[in-house]
Amino acid sequence: MTADSLQATAKVAGRAVSSARSRGLWLALLAAALAVLAVLSVTTGTRAVAWADIAAALGGAQETIGQSAVALRLPRTGLALLAGAALSLAGAIMQGVTRNPLADPGILGVNMGASLAVVIGVAWFGMASAQATIWTAITGAAGAALFVYTIGSLGRGGATPLKLALAGAATSVAFSSLVIAVVLPRGDIAGGIQAWQIGGVGGATGDRVLPVLPFLVIGFAISLLSARKLNSLALGDDVAAGLGEHVAAARAVAAFGAILLCGATTAVCGPIGFVGLMVPHLCRLLIGVDHRWLLPFSALGGACLLLAADILGRIIARPGEIDVGIITALVGAPFFIWIVRRQRVRDL
Amino acid sequence: MTDHTLVATGLSAGYDGKTILHGLDLAIPTGRITIIVGANACGKSTFLRTLSRLLVPTKGHVLLDGASIHRTPARQLARTLGLLPQAPIAPEGITVADLVSRGRHPHKSLFSRWTRKDDEAIDSALAATKTFDLAERPVDELSGGQRQRVWIAMALAQETDILLLDEPTTFLDIHHQIEVLDLLTDLNRARGTTIVMVLHDLNLAARYADVLVAMTGGQIHAFGPPGEVLTEDMVRTVFGLESRVIADPLSHCPMMLPIGRHRMAGHEAA
Repeated sequence: MTADSLQATAKVAGRAVSSARSRGLWLALLAAALAVLAVLSVTTGTRAVAWADIAAALGGAQETIGQSAVALRLPRTGLALLAGAALSLAGAIMQGVTRNPLADPGILGVNMGASLAVVIGVAWFGMASAQATIWTAITGAAGAALFVYTIGSLGRGGATPLKLALAGAATSVAFSSLVIAVVLPRGDIAGGIQAWQIGGVGGATGDRVLPVLPFLVIGFAISLLSARKLNSLALGDDVAAGLGEHVAAARAVAAFGAILLCGATTAVCGPIGFVGLMVPHLCRLLIGVDHRWLLPFSALGGACLLLAADILGRIIARPGEIDVGIITALVGAPFFIWIVRRQRVRDL
Repeated sequence: MTDHTLVATGLSAGYDGKTILHGLDLAIPTGRITIIVGANACGKSTFLRTLSRLLVPTKGHVLLDGASIHRTPARQLARTLGLLPQAPIAPEGITVADLVSRGRHPHKSLFSRWTRKDDEAIDSALAATKTFDLAERPVDELSGGQRQRVWIAMALAQETDILLLDEPTTFLDIHHQIEVLDLLTDLNRARGTTIVMVLHDLNLAARYADVLVAMTGGQIHAFGPPGEVLTEDMVRTVFGLESRVIADPLSHCPMMLPIGRHRMAGHEAA
């Protein structure tokens, strides 16, 4: 090796170290932000609670009103964290699988598919158990994903970003009208479904959150292990196949992970949009397009975003609350427009 | 040096039920540069796609060391047989180092870690393609020639003994075309890599090929050293063009001068 190329090797190695360092720094920052938000989420709310009560409630005490309020905030915090991570990770996966910058569980209609399935289950089949709700939601999510991908792939050029987003948006609108049509004649369930349909983490209890945990854990595992597959898919199907990837199988596995995450999350929280759109894009700006970093970062970032949105919703409308689904839509809609209008919108 | 053999036997393939390759037989010469030429829609890209496992043949086989590539596990195959499709697209914002490192994919299993060997493969790919100084640059900021060198670096990082390229010089100006073809020749001479590529430019193909393959109608019309394959008869049959073939004064390879209807300076026009 010549002196020049040795020097160049040192330079490349040095840069790799510095980029790994900056990723490490961002990771630490994000983790710290998550910790702060989690503390804030437990300590802030409609009711101001003294620190002594908070400490007591963390120890399991529920004797004063303050302590009970905190005991309610704990599962809520946990759910916001998990749901944010799941939706954001699912968004990153969907963007990778479809090579589409506009992919998101909300925009592609996947959450609404889960939601329609659950509403039908409740209204027509009297579905009540948590397990049944989760399975139904996952099935609905998978059905919607297949449907939208098929519709979006019709015609020339296959599943282009815009066609897929349009197919997803149209499906979403159609599904939400169907939800209304199903619920409308049913005064008995309308109130509960309407509150759930907005998308929130407010009513979380340990009993409702625990059953989704196994689904989320499997979803997280499949998704995070898909990082290398997504890295090769990102280079186009031909290059990915040349690198020894089974393109269709890789897509199916990664999408399955994302659908598990979306379905399980929607089963408890209702359809929450835009988290999966915003967070992965912001993470890409920070740490680049390598999915081995992007996926865990997106999960962390999503947890932060949903926690922050939930806290914000509790503060700005005191003494009432605004559901996270509304907050994420308020922030996410302009973000969507920004991405569409960016000069270099193109296939990922 | 490599001793892998890549052979097509009785190969038929096509798209949407339309057959494009008709029972084609070809043994790719090991350790040489083979260049496939032919008119548009003669099946040369289809042939390359079938050779590289992207397309499943309807009849016949592609055999790597005697075993059908469509039955070999994909990852194992990708450690021997590399592929660079025509005009690949890099994800927005990806850096050169990141793109090149993805060439290591077939050498990694789900849980295996990045090793010294991976770093060395990438370093040597960057060095061979003179893209070291670009390593931290985003690929979308590069010129066409630089970008193509980076893609070749990715294919080199894959460390395959056989490399298939579909029109690696498309969209490049003549200077960068020569640069890419010289680079591939370096690679073949230094590492003994077997190279198979499709090229549009007949004269560049004749200059850089050890073996020239002329295709027409989904079959092989001629196969051999450029001096034997590039003839006025071949150009007439394969491209439907009258021409004069002379010796290139620089390389002594054959060189084709097309005969058109105009500007023939007193020579007999077509």
